[in-house]
Amino acid sequence: MLNIVVCVKAVPKPSLADKLKIDPVTKSLPRLDIPLVINPIDSHALEAALQLKKKYGAHVTVLSMGPPPAGNILRECLALGADKGILLTDRAFSGADAFATAFTLAKAIEKNGPADVIFCGMASSDGATEWVGPEIAVLLNMPVVSMVREILEDHGDEWIVKADVEHGYRIVKLKLPAVITVTRNLNKPRPLSFSGILKARNKEITVWDRQAMGLPPEGVGLKGSPTYVAAMYPLESHRQVEILEGSLQEKVDRFVQILSDAGVI
Amino acid sequence: MIDFTFTEEQELFRKAAREFSENCIAPHVPAMEETGRNWEPVIKAACEAEMMAITIPEEYGGLGLGYVERLIALEEIARVSVATAMMMQVGGLGIEPFIKFGTKEQKQKYLPGLATGERFATVAVTEPSGGSDPKSCHTSYTKRNGSYILNGRKCFITNSHIADTQVVMAVDNDNCDAFSVFILEKGMEGFKAAHEEHKVGMRGCNTGEIELKNCEVPAENLIGVEGKGMRVAMAVISDVGRGGMVGCALGLQQACLEASVKFANERILYGKPISELEAIQFKLADMKIDIEAGRLLGYRAAALQDAGGRAGNEFAVAKYYTTEAAQRAAKMAVDIHGGYGCMEEFAVSRYLRDAYVLGPSAGTSDIMKVIISRWVLS
Repeated sequence: MLNIVVCVKAVPKPSLADKLKIDPVTKSLPRLDIPLVINPIDSHALEAALQLKKKYGAHVTVLSMGPPPAGNILRECLALGADKGILLTDRAFSGADAFATAFTLAKAIEKNGPADVIFCGMASSDGATEWVGPEIAVLLNMPVVSMVREILEDHGDEWIVKADVEHGYRIVKLKLPAVITVTRNLNKPRPLSFSGILKARNKEITVWDRQAMGLPPEGVGLKGSPTYVAAMYPLESHRQVEILEGSLQEKVDRFVQILSDAGVI
Repeated sequence: MIDFTFTEEQELFRKAAREFSENCIAPHVPAMEETGRNWEPVIKAACEAEMMAITIPEEYGGLGLGYVERLIALEEIARVSVATAMMMQVGGLGIEPFIKFGTKEQKQKYLPGLATGERFATVAVTEPSGGSDPKSCHTSYTKRNGSYILNGRKCFITNSHIADTQVVMAVDNDNCDAFSVFILEKGMEGFKAAHEEHKVGMRGCNTGEIELKNCEVPAENLIGVEGKGMRVAMAVISDVGRGGMVGCALGLQQACLEASVKFANERILYGKPISELEAIQFKLADMKIDIEAGRLLGYRAAALQDAGGRAGNEFAVAKYYTTEAAQRAAKMAVDIHGGYGCMEEFAVSRYLRDAYVLGPSAGTSDIMKVIISRWVLS
């Protein structure tokens, strides 16, 4: 039976993004002020795992690093059909950059036992580095394919996947165990169901802190981060109205020019 | 201390119900409004999403959950479509007599199908002579050769044309004080759905008349004790019917508030969003106060019910408060929208029409006051 790990991140609810405030000192996004939800692309990673579970039978572990409220998203993943949740939570983990995050997740995956496939969303809606999945692969010495939009062959230990590249795609053969980061095009995540929520009652969420994982304080969180955020600021957007004058042709020309200048066309 | 928080699991139920409503119900609302019908896709979707299984015991294929969860689901559905929530709530009302008063055989026969949506239910009590005075019921039954022969007409019955299983109250032809409740099934000879209503609000929610002409009902379709049917009808209407209306009203109030906040933040007047005007802010505050108060009343009553008690009086208070508040909220929402509030493109015009259908459903506000005053004076 396949052992699948899905890395999920609790992110501020995207629809409330305009309510986010940037901490001027830490240059981070305080995550406890607005509701946390599953990083939208991670839902596609979980769906991929659940489809494999249905097809071949699999044990699906969902893994998240975050503050204690992130446990709620793991419970939701269990309600959607995952078998087990692991929450990595410790104040020492806070301020982690992509590398420290990948390091902590990779150590948790090792501690949890051998995994055949590790699914991640290609990026988070808040950090959006796209590095965590590939860095986990490096740390675990596994192959990785990023931005997978279709799994063409998933039987046995040699898979064939279709992955996005700029202006096209590539077909990649990979040998398990491997890390796969997915795009939104891969599948349509299933909805929560009432009976799924009830089934999650008996599923386990394990909580590990730094000590439980046996990690040195300097290897995790801000201390373990080789990069830092130099600055962070909200994007300003302004409405601007321009009434187009002239003949129809002139208006159309001007309109096309505006769209071109804005990079829309 | 009293814990007013929902459990983590209940919060997940709300999330599931909200996602379901926004993804599976909302796309059908325009056609429901346009045609006054188009209920099939929403009923099918709701049954597939286990909405009708909430309170049915697990041993009969249900989820075995409580009335708090039912209220959460109805509130979330009504936030998107009061018409759909109304059909769901009355469907639940039709299930309740089986749960509370059904024999083991009746439960085994009906509840699994009602849980999956293979069957859909309703309760038929109201008649042209009124619904708030059930003792004036004219639909009658006569016992003949071990069966019951029913004759009469019921009106304003939600799900009249779509329910396969209808729980109908009738009076004994030989004893005007004896009422009994029967299970009627679609296709029974002498039983048919008749006139279909076209309501000012809750369009797309099926409402109509049913007609009984020498309809022969087998003895095993009697629910509860013969002659004691008023207890069955009143218990389900007061505890489940009014509870359901609270869910419909709370969802509508929330929809009114959300639409108003959105519009008030976007509508620029005097060079700034109208949400910065105190006159608008106070309306929003009034709407929020009503929602908070209504939720406390409604969920407290549902929690009482889940604890095994009767909550008819508490639901009467909650039903009165929330349906009146929904009407206030809808009017304020339309007022905040100004001229746009009179346009059908804006949902608040629907909310206003829906709000006025909430009032008489499961008992008018005046009837709620009669019940509450009896409670106070008893």
